[in-house]
Amino acid sequence: MNQEVRHVVKSACQNCWHGMLREFDDLDERRKTLDYQTKILAAAALVASLVLGIVDLGTSGAIARRQAEDMQATLSDVIPPSLHDNDLLNSTLTLSDAMVQAGEVRVHVAKRQDAVTGVAFGWVATGGYSGPIRLMIGIDPAGKVLGARVIAHAETPGLGDKIETGKSPWILGFTGLSLEHPLPARWKVKKDGGDFDQFAGATITPRAVVAGVAGALEFVARHRLELGLADGRPAGLEKIVH
Amino acid sequence: MSQGFRKIIHDGLWGNNIVFSQSIGLCPLLAVTGTATNGLGMGLATTFVMVVCSALVSYTRALIPPEIRIPIFVVLIAMIVTLVDQLMNAWLHEMHKVLGLFIPLIVTNCAILGRVESFAFRQPLKEAALDGLMMGLGFTLALVVLGAVREALGAGTLFSHASELLGASFGWLETELIKPYRGFLLMALPPGGFLMLGFLLAGKKVLDRRWSAWRESPRATPAPLGKSA
Repeated sequence: MNQEVRHVVKSACQNCWHGMLREFDDLDERRKTLDYQTKILAAAALVASLVLGIVDLGTSGAIARRQAEDMQATLSDVIPPSLHDNDLLNSTLTLSDAMVQAGEVRVHVAKRQDAVTGVAFGWVATGGYSGPIRLMIGIDPAGKVLGARVIAHAETPGLGDKIETGKSPWILGFTGLSLEHPLPARWKVKKDGGDFDQFAGATITPRAVVAGVAGALEFVARHRLELGLADGRPAGLEKIVH
Repeated sequence: MSQGFRKIIHDGLWGNNIVFSQSIGLCPLLAVTGTATNGLGMGLATTFVMVVCSALVSYTRALIPPEIRIPIFVVLIAMIVTLVDQLMNAWLHEMHKVLGLFIPLIVTNCAILGRVESFAFRQPLKEAALDGLMMGLGFTLALVVLGAVREALGAGTLFSHASELLGASFGWLETELIKPYRGFLLMALPPGGFLMLGFLLAGKKVLDRRWSAWRESPRATPAPLGKSA
């Protein structure tokens, strides 16, 4: 029984192998047949998928680590490392919010000795010149901005890209501001009667970022309880609630 | 060096330059040439893909039936571009952050398919790889020149952020030509790319014409030593 099975398998393999050799013997003739073309195209697709699959297996771990490092770097830009002793990257809270387009926001909570010392989250500023502007914003328990950074945007190079720290220190000006200072009505660019500088030749981009940061502050004000910020004096909250 | 290799090098860099002579591959060209650094990065990534694709197609050309060569080329090019993207993301992450946006654009570069189809599919491995390398370097040259001109006119700088792409040791490349400079927005935007490309194409025509006129003129024979021209 066992011997028979082995014999059948062996002859099948041999047939297959000789068949393949024959395919290559008269390659020029074979290449013209439709059969061969189908097979070679399928083989090319199969090889490509296999190679990509193997490379994906090999690199996905490294890519995830690099992305985590990037995220960690951005987080430490908007929340000073001295403010927390927990693992900011992995202490997250997902809040649902009807006023956010995505429906929910993943918030990183910074804690020192189990007291919340700040929150950081990605925020999308809409109304830019070309597409959404992705921000990372850190806010302290008093409702003050600890730091704001642009993560990704497609604004005009040379004009709107001054929102990047590499191009201009403009976005650092948000640090320390809250909805109490300046008042919510003044969270606009100067051209619109607010307190924030626009760029020469570009108003739309800074307008979107200012509105985005104000929106993020309001978001935190709406979710103080869930974020564990209820103890601190909710600066600026009354003005939004009433 | 044999005549064949010399011709391949000359064609790739100048005579049959992808941008200046064949005027293909313009989609990535116009998209990334806002600065010379971006042009350089895109050019080098494209060169790498071209060499690998040309070599691979040349090596396997006996297996590929002409009737379905195009779909096979497309599969191969897409595979190699994806590989480059993933490998760079994993192990050259800093570079990938700068170039990441452009790498998928390499797939749209018809120059790669063009070289594979018109050259590598009919040539031995060495010639095909060299052609890929030279065509890629010629493309890089075009990207860097166009990027440099647009950057100089548009922002008054040259090779800004080069150290992000090439490492800190290349920081000396970054220069501010004009300071302070208010910027010339047209050059930074895509229309400026079209305009400047037009000027560069015209410039190459003029140079080529001068060159051939000079070569055909009797004065081209070098004057004997000791006599001034």
